[in-house]
Amino acid sequence: MQGILANDIGIALVNIFLLAILFVVAVAIARMRSLFAIVMLAGIYSLVSATWYVAVDAVDVAFTEAAVGAGMSTAVLLGAMLLTSRTAKPERLFSRLGPMLVCVATGAALIYATVDLPALGDPNSPANTGVGYTYLQINWYDTGIPNVVTPVLASYRGFDTLGETTVVFAAGLAVALLLGFGERSLAEMIRKEGRSGGRKPAAARTAAKDEEAS
Amino acid sequence: MNSDHHIILRVVSKGLIPIIALFAFYVQFHGDFGPGGGFQAGVIIAVAIILYALVFGVPAAMRAVPPVFTRSLAAIGVMIYAGVGFWAMLKGGHYLEYQALFGEGPGEHHGQHIGIMIIELGVLCGVSGAMLTIFYAFAGRVAEIRDEDW
Repeated sequence: MQGILANDIGIALVNIFLLAILFVVAVAIARMRSLFAIVMLAGIYSLVSATWYVAVDAVDVAFTEAAVGAGMSTAVLLGAMLLTSRTAKPERLFSRLGPMLVCVATGAALIYATVDLPALGDPNSPANTGVGYTYLQINWYDTGIPNVVTPVLASYRGFDTLGETTVVFAAGLAVALLLGFGERSLAEMIRKEGRSGGRKPAAARTAAKDEEAS
Repeated sequence: MNSDHHIILRVVSKGLIPIIALFAFYVQFHGDFGPGGGFQAGVIIAVAIILYALVFGVPAAMRAVPPVFTRSLAAIGVMIYAGVGFWAMLKGGHYLEYQALFGEGPGEHHGQHIGIMIIELGVLCGVSGAMLTIFYAFAGRVAEIRDEDW
């Protein structure tokens, strides 16, 4: 943090601005009761934090945050919201005290931990001196791929990425096994179409059935 | 969906969805040179189809991209990724050793490029299939977003 402030006041202002937006959105989410608005604000929160990741030069993380946080989880939360009621129940003031204490304690611990953090882009920080630096040096000879992140994910740590893909697959499998494959609405649609005769194939089918019946 | 007061939403998203899908492929194949890769591209493709489902209704999306296709896609993606590993083993290398795919020595990059491209394709299929399966599992339980929610 000190490094940023000393190096570039402009970047510091951008950081402060984006983090302030994040803070405001977080407070708004905590105070809102309408689930639809909360889902949308959560998407905005992800977009703003993706912007902030760009500001601190973590472009790949920003990309993932924008795609997963703002796109995917908003859509999935919208789907989940439809299964429940539209507004959160108002809670009693007392029951919020415990979570607030936990949040304040965690926040204080995190702020205390930032004192020991190396400055942004510090060449002597552990992240930049160890294996990360080695990757930067040997990557071009090993793989010939300009974006170092891709060979680190796909080549040097190919097993990890295989594991991650399998985890995503397993998550999809687990949800599908628990909730069904979602074909119920498809079946319902076909049944509805068959009844009203809205679409041509369904209408033809009902017509054929009528003929059989008569 | 017989009332037509979402017409602006529908017209706009009809134009946007192909561009989102196209962008996903850009992210996929440009991952070697810039930020992005199979995971992000898979999520973006899934989001394009989910946007279609949110605007035009889940049944319409299921007719375009059937659930049986998404869950097969998830499994096929993992199989593609794991298959590259076995391909390297058949060529006499270690599991997922791209250098062995074409029997190249150190410093040659053909196998690395091809191997990474194929496994990214596997990640794309696996992630988009799994995400869509999850979405269908949730969204398939109710018909669509009611009008007063918008």
